[in-house]
Amino acid sequence: MPKTKLKYFNEMSVTFSAVSENEAFARAVAASFISELDPLVSELAEIKTAVSEAVTNCIVHAYRNIPNGSITMLIRLLPDRRVYIKIRDKGCGISNVAQAMEPLFTTAPEEERAGLGFAVMKSFTDRLTVKSSVGKGTALVMEKTLQERLEREDNGSSEANSSAKSRRKPRSGTPMRQ
Amino acid sequence: MVVFSLKKHTLTAALNGEIDHHSAMQMRTEIDRAVRETPVSLLILDFSRVTFMDSSGIGLVMGRYKLMSELGGEVAIADPPAYIAKVMRLSGLDRLCRTVSIAKPLDLTEVTNNAENKA
Repeated sequence: MPKTKLKYFNEMSVTFSAVSENEAFARAVAASFISELDPLVSELAEIKTAVSEAVTNCIVHAYRNIPNGSITMLIRLLPDRRVYIKIRDKGCGISNVAQAMEPLFTTAPEEERAGLGFAVMKSFTDRLTVKSSVGKGTALVMEKTLQERLEREDNGSSEANSSAKSRRKPRSGTPMRQ
Repeated sequence: MVVFSLKKHTLTAALNGEIDHHSAMQMRTEIDRAVRETPVSLLILDFSRVTFMDSSGIGLVMGRYKLMSELGGEVAIADPPAYIAKVMRLSGLDRLCRTVSIAKPLDLTEVTNNAENKA
């Protein structure tokens, strides 16, 4: 029988109010949805941080002077353990995306923002794209491929002796220290 | 959210739980109040019980560094979990304040995680 790549496809979307209480909610939702892929503890921590940064940006910057904003987070689990996260707002937009992405650049120093949100997102994911138009909002996409946790089945070869148990590979990621 | 202990002029602030933009605001208020109430020359931010931190935690440390500099004091970070130490390295925070371990008595504390010591 054909093994379609779409077998692993899964998607969810959630819309919530742009209030700071929901920063914890958003990363908890992301973490529990992605847990289906059995990520490493470190990968989960990285994704949670990246989501937290993105959602915080929406709350602190996009809806800075706009009440009753909402944020939509869409997560897709793609083939080959790829995670796709899109976080969208309908806030003020970013006039200069390249400048906003520079480390230490911030437009809210009074809030004690370090200006590192994008730098953290970039380093904790494989790909980060930001599309924004002033007055309309910003859509941010992050992609991350999780480390392989199961051995691939050999196509067509007679691997009769490979039980479900032995297909399990030992954890290959670097363990968290301490 | 923050538990304080004062010994001579060293104030230790043990942070608990998750640090994000939401919780950092409250922690900031609590720490600043404690620092201004007593003469403090060293502020130790104990991260050993922090379970999550994003860049808001960096802002929190940088803000306290500024405050302590104004008061002629110093800030140190104690026992951050590995993943939080990674966020701190990313921001260069480990070059701004020393990282200490408070499992040992303070006088014997060594710098454990400065940029120069990185392997």
